[in-house]
Amino acid sequence: MGRRILHADFNSFYASVACFLDPALRPHPVAVAGAPEARHGIILAKNELAKKFGVTTGEAVWQAKKKCPLLVTVKPEFETYQKFSALGRELYGEYSDRVEAFGLDENWIDVSGTTETIEDARRLAETIRRRVLDELGITVSIGVADNKVFSKLGSDIKKPNAVTVVSPDNFKEVAWPLPARDLLYVGRATQKKLARYGIFTIGDLANASAAFLKAQLGKCGLMLHAFANGLDVAPVLHTIDQSPVKSVGNGITTPRDLVNDADVYLTICMLAESVAARLREHGMRARTAQLGVRDTDLSTFVRQARLDRPSNITSEISRACMQLFTAGYTWQTPIRSLTVTAADLVPNADPEQLTLFDDEAARSRAEAAEQAVDDIRRRFGYRAIGRAIFLKDTDIGLLAPKEDHTIHPVGYLQNNTMDSVIGGRA
Amino acid sequence: MKTYVAVELTIDEAGIMHPHRIVWEDGRKFEITSVSDVRRAASLKAGGCGMRYTCRIGRRDAYLYYEDPKWFVDA
Repeated sequence: MGRRILHADFNSFYASVACFLDPALRPHPVAVAGAPEARHGIILAKNELAKKFGVTTGEAVWQAKKKCPLLVTVKPEFETYQKFSALGRELYGEYSDRVEAFGLDENWIDVSGTTETIEDARRLAETIRRRVLDELGITVSIGVADNKVFSKLGSDIKKPNAVTVVSPDNFKEVAWPLPARDLLYVGRATQKKLARYGIFTIGDLANASAAFLKAQLGKCGLMLHAFANGLDVAPVLHTIDQSPVKSVGNGITTPRDLVNDADVYLTICMLAESVAARLREHGMRARTAQLGVRDTDLSTFVRQARLDRPSNITSEISRACMQLFTAGYTWQTPIRSLTVTAADLVPNADPEQLTLFDDEAARSRAEAAEQAVDDIRRRFGYRAIGRAIFLKDTDIGLLAPKEDHTIHPVGYLQNNTMDSVIGGRA
Repeated sequence: MKTYVAVELTIDEAGIMHPHRIVWEDGRKFEITSVSDVRRAASLKAGGCGMRYTCRIGRRDAYLYYEDPKWFVDA
């Protein structure tokens, strides 16, 4: 007996939420975009109307406005998106204890336990689709299949607000004519390589010999061959097994280039402060601090260091990052953006080995002070209180980074290897 | 139009909220005689979602939304 898996994908998530919350936006072509004055003015999402004008995700706002002069751009509100994302997951959770998130707007739902047949699963998918629209006010596309890869493929076939079945009975008609690029893990490079051997569609990929694909693409070739034949056996994770945070990071492209150590220190402090605040919010401490630096030539370096003690104190994280910076950067070129990440997280509740030589009282005072700052900011806003150093350069120091952090997509194979997801058809 | 309103309510021992009165911004009060339905719902008209209370006010039903922690009506 096969599995029954749904893949639910919120349509143009950010733009849908923005349009739902503000009825005045709905008749217009709308795009959610970063702030151009802060130098990250790219399109993050667009609504159906904007799509008709050819506006694409990832292009600059000025490019989009050329195609669509009346385009309305709105700023992203990540907290709101997280709220809607959580509401969606809560709704899916009523039907399964296996709801696995893939980014903010996509989830796999394993409904093998609550349905008997693919047709059952399709009906359930219709119910979920209707409920999402009724209860959250946004649309969702759902793919129904017996494996994760085809269910994801299915959710992309018909948009918005639709259910598509890619079953063992019909996948040859539904999935195989689609371009190979639509399959998970076929990126631009793989697509080019495949095209060289006359493999253009998912069907071509499925019918190519596995040995040949392995010779060309290595292990990944075998995996794609299995994917194209509907033989992906990767499980949908249990909802409770998913640790929501593995690392907390925050990066910023500064409004002006950074040219000396003082600039960098100021920016690191600001980022570390927001990272530390988010660690406290999640009830975590970090054992590793990581610094990413991108210069004006857009070349990047990343260094990380282990902290002496698990920490969520700003000064400890920023000190570690500054040491990484002075050891690793020679100021050949000015810096365009910086990222501070705290990784290797442990819960606050974990017991901690104290040392005889550190001043524990000072550490707990520092932690208490930061908690007090969190509390003041929660009640009176981010700018109600701040470090004096931030006033030295108000352009950079007074950005409120915690609110506009980026959300990174996770990898499909984070819990599996390429071999382990390949199955055989019974 | 999304209009946030003040609501007079009781919270019972089980923590369940029972709204009694909607207080309009000009101070007028509307008595809720009964609540016939409570469910999660989205209001396209107002652009918001939350727990929706179907309230009997006078001789008609009105929707009152609880958008934690604020209340709104889609008037």
